[in-house]
Amino acid sequence: MILPSLITVLCLGGFAAWFSECSNSDAPRWVAIITLVIEAVLIAGQFCQAKRIVILSTGMSPTWFADFYLPWIPRFGIGFHLALDGVSLLLITLTVLLGFMAVSSSWTEIRSRRGFFFFNLLTCLAGTIGVFLAVDLFLFFFFWELMIIPMYFLISIWGHENRTYAAIKFVIFTQVSSLLMLLAIVVLVLISHSHTGAYTFDYFKLLNTNIAPDVAIWLMVGFFIAFTVKLPSVPFHTWLPDAHTQAPTGGSVILAGVMLKTGAYGLLRFVIPLFPEAAHHFAPVAMTLGAVSVLYAAMMAYAQTDLKRLIAYTSVSHMGFILLGVFSWNTFAFQGAIITMLAHGISASALFMIAGALQERLHTREMESMGGLWSALPRLSAFALFFAMASLGLPGLGNFIGEFLVLLGAFKVNVVLTSLAALVMILAPVYSLGLIQKALHGPLQNQSPLSDFNLRELASLGLLVLATVWLGLCPQTVLDVSAPAPKQIMQDFVAMEH
Amino acid sequence: MNINQLAALTPIITLATAIIAVMLTIAIRRSFVLTSSVAACGILISLLALVIAWQKSPVQATLLIQVDAYALFFTTLLLSAGLAVLGFCYDYFKDREGENEEFLLLLLTALLGASVLVASSHFAAFFLGLETLSISLFVLVGYPLKQSRPLEAAIKYLILSGLSSAFLLMGMALIYAQSGALTFSGIEHLIANQLAMNAMILSGVILIVAGLSFKLSLVPFHLWTPDVYQGAPAPVTAFIATVSKGAVFVLLLRFFVSTGSFANTTLLTVFSIIAVLSIMGGNLLALLQTNVKRLLAYSSIAHMGYLLVAFIAAGSIAPTMAVESVTFYLVAYFTTTLGAFGVVSVLSTPQTEADDIAIYRGLFWRRPWLAGTFTLMLLSLAGIPLTAGFIGKFYIFTSGADARLWGLLLAIIAGSGLGLYYYLRIIVVMSMNIEATANEPKASSSAWISIAILSALSLLLVWFGIYPNHLVTIIQSVSNTVR
Repeated sequence: MILPSLITVLCLGGFAAWFSECSNSDAPRWVAIITLVIEAVLIAGQFCQAKRIVILSTGMSPTWFADFYLPWIPRFGIGFHLALDGVSLLLITLTVLLGFMAVSSSWTEIRSRRGFFFFNLLTCLAGTIGVFLAVDLFLFFFFWELMIIPMYFLISIWGHENRTYAAIKFVIFTQVSSLLMLLAIVVLVLISHSHTGAYTFDYFKLLNTNIAPDVAIWLMVGFFIAFTVKLPSVPFHTWLPDAHTQAPTGGSVILAGVMLKTGAYGLLRFVIPLFPEAAHHFAPVAMTLGAVSVLYAAMMAYAQTDLKRLIAYTSVSHMGFILLGVFSWNTFAFQGAIITMLAHGISASALFMIAGALQERLHTREMESMGGLWSALPRLSAFALFFAMASLGLPGLGNFIGEFLVLLGAFKVNVVLTSLAALVMILAPVYSLGLIQKALHGPLQNQSPLSDFNLRELASLGLLVLATVWLGLCPQTVLDVSAPAPKQIMQDFVAMEH
Repeated sequence: MNINQLAALTPIITLATAIIAVMLTIAIRRSFVLTSSVAACGILISLLALVIAWQKSPVQATLLIQVDAYALFFTTLLLSAGLAVLGFCYDYFKDREGENEEFLLLLLTALLGASVLVASSHFAAFFLGLETLSISLFVLVGYPLKQSRPLEAAIKYLILSGLSSAFLLMGMALIYAQSGALTFSGIEHLIANQLAMNAMILSGVILIVAGLSFKLSLVPFHLWTPDVYQGAPAPVTAFIATVSKGAVFVLLLRFFVSTGSFANTTLLTVFSIIAVLSIMGGNLLALLQTNVKRLLAYSSIAHMGYLLVAFIAAGSIAPTMAVESVTFYLVAYFTTTLGAFGVVSVLSTPQTEADDIAIYRGLFWRRPWLAGTFTLMLLSLAGIPLTAGFIGKFYIFTSGADARLWGLLLAIIAGSGLGLYYYLRIIVVMSMNIEATANEPKASSSAWISIAILSALSLLLVWFGIYPNHLVTIIQSVSNTVR
């Protein structure tokens, strides 16, 4: 029963936040915090129960910790089926952690219509958690679409100067690509129906559907496009710089930290296990796209003058690593992709929070009009330096572990592409240090007194620093949680090949 | 006529009686409130009479009318939609000058025509139903006599609709000349065999398809739609978009299923072209609109195109599945469209029709519930989950994919992308800041009937979107009875 409550708590909290605005305009943010605390307690409960034996539905491997099933639309064999394994547990934890960060960074930034803002924030998180839990393809699609709408409102109501364009572009990109996925889902179900005579959207029942190779490749492409638009990877990335730049800080945190991960999660959870052979044939293309994303976005990042846009491009670059890792087909690369998801989620969110804090103080995102901030805002600058280092892959911090594992895994598969992608180890310092130099060093341009980080901001970013260091120094604790799922994928694949 | 047939016809008879009752009420005492109540009671009683008919069905009541679960289900839908439109009309007309009582009379005759249409199994009933519906509509569209736009719309509709009815009649005549039968069962397989088709049947079929496409406003027979939608009073637009189009589509589907015409692949190719044109044409033209009613008109053209995809799918899959998809989509479309035009109707004042997009600016912060309802309706039109529109789209995808209509499905995907753009544009305008509000219309007087109907529609929309199970079960049993 805990799994559905993870989603309903956030939804109810969202409504509570909305209605609480009537009594007090400060109430919504407290309601949001309380909701997230309840959510965190529920997740902590799941961590404690992870070792307990649970009774699972048929067809599920023992890598799953928890399972919840209710029939929903029996006409098409659609069930309200949620399940939790190591990967989804880690991503849900990340979601809630960044949920706190999003609330914290919106604490003073959002001044108008707070109730509706926090409603959208919480329902967006609810949709994302639904995506990470759903193991019924229809339900998955349902949540996949559902998280877009609140995000649309977040961007289009509380965003910056060009918000309408960015919000509509975001929705159209994701919506059109996800309809391709819906088509692929429906065709997959119809194929399974023609074999078994019964409709089912259940992930575990569809896993071993026998699909003709030429059809499988098309179905896989349908899923792949939907996920790589969300990830995003070149050439589907153009919505991201706009959406991230125009979104309010809280929205950027959720977008970069969590929503991009749904694309990566989809690749790992659905594309690879459902269409192993087709994905295997497709791997060179996908890896090329990944390597191109890594390099192209890194170069683009260097050319930006808008701080948030720069961070947005670094996201695309890091997501390229995930694509590279997922399609390398070995445990190292899978694990590396998962660590990269977590580490990038933390570091990118932190950078967006810093950019948001700067915008709140300076009313600009242009790095040209910053400069010399180190003397004025020493605490903020220190955090900025730390997360810039994390993002360029400094050993000892989380991102390094992820990228290292991905490169290690991918090198075994494709030496040329991996070597090319590794060139980003040169480009990343260039853009990261460029950022530090332009924004923080040099003569102070803005002479008006600026307030440095307050306790709330220190606490939030301090928590993220701890998480990054933890990921960098003790990655094994996280790898242990996530390990069973990639192992299972590899086992299934090896079993299928024989 | 035996007692069973009489029982099966009670809903239609009740409706006819209600029309006479309304006429007499007007003759005795002119009162808009009284007339509206009589009309509403009439619709409610015939909804109750449907229960009697349901128990006796399926019955072939005279040669003309086939009362089966399919017909009764859609009669229920049409009458409920009629009731909702009646509610909107009450709030729309109660503060207006002039003698508005006859408006309700015409609404009931239009409903009668539509109810006959969905149950007809004979060309005569088909034509009579359609004409009763259309002729009532001419007057309904042009009812606000003293304004120029409604009159222009009415004339346009009168001429084009008359022409299309003539096409239809000529088509029926040609088919009758060849087959000697006017019942649908009598011309079974006549259209199905495309090789044996002679020039007479071919031209007959072409004329009938053209006539029906006009009523459904499919491209290239759509030219009247935006003008009529814009000119007609908002509740009438809701009526045209739902009852009139829905009834014709239901008839088209029954005609094709009962004559076995799905075997004619050439005809299906023609329909495929019409569907693609409607989807792309409707969506592309909607992009250019700044008038909400015109925008919804073009969007309804696109929706008829989507619906046609499920219809075409019946050519290669079991017709019951296609009927199921069409039925679900129609229910979702009815709920959504009634809701959308209901909002327009609530916002309209006797001075201005709320069709300029500027009126909607900042609506979210002025009238949050109304704006929320409108947003919900627009999201349903766009096919976003949580709404019935999504399940409807899912149904269309399933039948289309089952029938391997890849080209048409890609057209739907492209069309949905375009559609999202203009639906979101309205939502953006509604969420703009109040400070930027241009011409704030005066707060209209309380329209609690419309508000109640809109709330009910929103609840239905979300209910069908989240838990469609009950509806799916009913529709499944209905679609199994179509022959």
